[in-house]
Amino acid sequence: MTLNSKIPEGPLEKKWSNHKFNMKLVNPANRRKYKIIVVGTGLAGASAAASLGELGYNVHSFCYHESPRRAHSIAAQGGINAPKNYSNDGDSIYRLFYDTIKGGDYRAREANVHRLAEVSGNIIDQCVAQGVPFARDYAGYLDNRSFGGAQVARTFYARGQTGQQLLLGAYSALNRQIDAGTVKFYDRHEMLDLVVVDGKARGIVTRNLINGKIESYTADVVVLATGGYANVFYLSTNAKASNATAIWRAHKRGALFGNPCYTQIHPTCIPVSGDHQSKLTLMSESLRNDGRVWVPKKKGDDRQANQIPENERDYYLERLYPSFGNLVPRDVASRRAKDMCDHGFGVGASKMAVYLDFADAIKRLGREAIFEKYGNLLDMYKQITGEDPYQVPMRIYPAVHYTMGGLWVDYNLMSSIPGLFVLGEANFSDHGANRLGASALMQGLGDGYFIAPYTISDYLASNKFSPVDANGGEFKAAENSVTASVNKLLSINGSKTVDEFHREYGKVMWDYVGMGRNKAGLQKALKLLPEIRSRFWKDVKITGNALDINTELEKAQRVADFMELGELIAIDALHREESCGGHFREEHQTEEGEAKRNDKKFSYVAAWEYTGKTGNPKLNKEKLEFESVHPSQRSYK
Amino acid sequence: MKLTLKVWRQKDRNDEGRFVEYIANEVSPDMSFLEMLDVVNTDLVKKGETPIVFDHDCREGICGSCGMMINGRAHGPGKGIATCQLHMRSFSDGDQIVIEPWRSTAFPVLKDLMVDRTSFDRIMRAGGYTSAKTGGIPDGNSILVPKPVADEAFDAAACIGCGACVAACPNSSAMLFVSAKVSQLALLPQGKAERVERVTRMIAQMDEEKFGSCSNTYACEAECPKQISVTHIARLNREFVAAQF
Ligand SMILES: Cc1cc2nc3c(=O)[nH]c(=O)nc-3n(C[C@H](O)[C@H](O)[C@H](O)COP(=O)(O)OP(=O)(O)OC[C@H]3O[C@@H](n4cnc5c(N)ncnc54)[C@H](O)[C@@H]3O)c2cc1C
Ligand code: SF4
Ligand code: FES
Repeated sequence: MTLNSKIPEGPLEKKWSNHKFNMKLVNPANRRKYKIIVVGTGLAGASAAASLGELGYNVHSFCYHESPRRAHSIAAQGGINAPKNYSNDGDSIYRLFYDTIKGGDYRAREANVHRLAEVSGNIIDQCVAQGVPFARDYAGYLDNRSFGGAQVARTFYARGQTGQQLLLGAYSALNRQIDAGTVKFYDRHEMLDLVVVDGKARGIVTRNLINGKIESYTADVVVLATGGYANVFYLSTNAKASNATAIWRAHKRGALFGNPCYTQIHPTCIPVSGDHQSKLTLMSESLRNDGRVWVPKKKGDDRQANQIPENERDYYLERLYPSFGNLVPRDVASRRAKDMCDHGFGVGASKMAVYLDFADAIKRLGREAIFEKYGNLLDMYKQITGEDPYQVPMRIYPAVHYTMGGLWVDYNLMSSIPGLFVLGEANFSDHGANRLGASALMQGLGDGYFIAPYTISDYLASNKFSPVDANGGEFKAAENSVTASVNKLLSINGSKTVDEFHREYGKVMWDYVGMGRNKAGLQKALKLLPEIRSRFWKDVKITGNALDINTELEKAQRVADFMELGELIAIDALHREESCGGHFREEHQTEEGEAKRNDKKFSYVAAWEYTGKTGNPKLNKEKLEFESVHPSQRSYK
Repeated sequence: MKLTLKVWRQKDRNDEGRFVEYIANEVSPDMSFLEMLDVVNTDLVKKGETPIVFDHDCREGICGSCGMMINGRAHGPGKGIATCQLHMRSFSDGDQIVIEPWRSTAFPVLKDLMVDRTSFDRIMRAGGYTSAKTGGIPDGNSILVPKPVADEAFDAAACIGCGACVAACPNSSAMLFVSAKVSQLALLPQGKAERVERVTRMIAQMDEEKFGSCSNTYACEAECPKQISVTHIARLNREFVAAQF
């Protein structure tokens, strides 16, 4: 397959404005005739559905949640970036662009990232107009903080609940359109297949999660804004229901999957407490602004933290990275924590944790100040662990958090299937091999409010659409295959629950395809993963019926797809013989143990094609061209 | 620890429903309440029975999906937390725990502990927004909102839409939920233009959904996981009265 990224001609900072002018428009009187399906109501989906509805298209919005407001975006804590330069510290669109390209370890497209930086300022204005209560100063101006290792203060935030407030803003914009009748909303409908007719995406098949009915919906354009796939690891910071089914089934219908192995591990999460653990909780990385990370200097030290004297503590991030210290990027901080624990310096009962200590900050700034800044996070920690972080250092450990990979899209955010657009975390587009803090919210809303409405209009205006029928052959075939897989799952009646399989699979993913990857481990994973999958299809036990609320059946569908995607992640990780960003191959590191890229061989997007057989994908490459920024070795010393 | 659970089981909207007793063995104090239910559910599935159905997703108190009456209290014991943030260290060995869904005509039970809260969405659709169009918006700093006002608006906006206020209220009133949105937008300059229409429509929708009326018991504030204050109800009332003239 030849990949055309459709990056517009012209200088970097003119590409988007030229492209906007060159794109075709749909006459307002004709828009109502075009039907657009938007799957997902997170930041990306809600903003897209609202904006497309407002333009006058006939929009149908779907999610598996009971309400659009429950989407996983709600959980984002830290903030959203925009280079408004309100802090007068030298920020600019170019600097945000540059930081994002560098942070992504030179594995993202320059043109996309620059566009994202260009629209990010508008996002803030949009959210303010919706009534998003961003932090303000006493004079009434918007407040900024520096976040995730950025050297300028460009992060807008709403206490520790930025995602919630932004999503409620997008939800209200969506509600306004539902109220106006331009958007029809379907709650508790899970998309289980994409329908392609004459080479174009023309609809979806869903399961109604209340009555189990399998139904088809036709459209001229299908938009997937269905989030990331970090739950392939079982334990992650994602919401329990977050899954890859929509993008995976689209992949099996022909959409290429970009860079599946680029997964992000977040350094500051609450460690696992036992086998019952069902998910992991993130502690915002803003904590690293004031907390100091350390482990005992002595291996296997069993003393309580407070009994370990100062000179017997190793503040290893400060030691290894004197200029960035505790604020090194996520991938670096995560790997170092794992290293420390793997070498026997871990703390707590499991020894799989390091300390994040506020004692110095409390001494310096006072307990009040720390409470004001981090109160809700420290309370959350106490609630979960039963320990008081004002008295004893917090224990933290890295956890899977975000997936940079996703469906491959061109500059217009269209996948390799014409008419299938992919927005937000579900696509692979803007973060390269590592995402910087506070940039996923920016990307989701940028895609939905300011990019997709233009590019989708262009697609509609440039194509002819013959009518399709929900009772037609392609739709019936897709419905039948969905029904068959539902019935098959229910008929197995084996001995292990879906969660037991998911946990087992996730453990292999974490052990061999997680933070540190090597050839032998990945090859081992590629033996173990298919074996678990084949056992799943023989031995899973699901009770209840197909035509009823059946949460075990919902999970089983999702886990079945994870069990195919996991293999693709391992294959991609094995093929990429370099380290870059979140993808760390132990064979490829510098003398200081940092990620070592191989730009000669791997400066490309790996876009995998489904060949009809799991575990046997075909690789397509999109070469990355750097015209503005010269790739160099990242250094945070 | 070992616990006895009395759990409400109901097949669907039309089923009468009843309590069923389960024993939860080997419960660790570090488990969350929902993880304890996960373990019970694993056993049920293995025995060939259908698991207890409940809504949940983020499991960190922010999405508003979870919610059950635990020993008669919305979201169980503990202040300022949602059900998913409750940990088993709040219970002791041998305890009996009664678990029920939210009870309100405006929240019909769908199955077991899962209820239909779409009435909340319909109230929000009746004007619970500012009519800001996408694009063409002036710079964010062109609207000044001093910190104390922004903070108060934020306190209201923190509502997660869980419905505990309704479940806790003897009259099943949704006033705390509705007031949180009305108050947020009434406080902010961006919301002022549409305040009359907003409060009028949202209250009308609330009545249509068959929520009860508010008799100032403040049970809502006591059980609200985000500790939304009843002062917002007072502001809602002022907005509503002002809208009549
Ligand atoms: C704990 C946490 C904290 C974070 N903090 C930050 C932060 O501070 N700053 C930042 O920039 N980013 C942060 N992120 C990342 C960011 O929140 C996400 O990447 C982003 O919100 C994803 O938005 P989305 O719209 O793409 O998808 P989501 O919000 O995940 O929405 C997915 C939607 O798709 C629907 N859906 C999915 N599959 C189907 C299907 N098959 N059928 C029907 N509907 C479906 C769901 O119902 C949902 O509505 C954080 C992430 C986590 C986990
Ligand atoms: S006001 Fe409180 S209890 Fe009521 S829905 Fe909002 S968060 Fe839940
Ligand atoms: S599961 Fe999200 S608030 Fe409890």
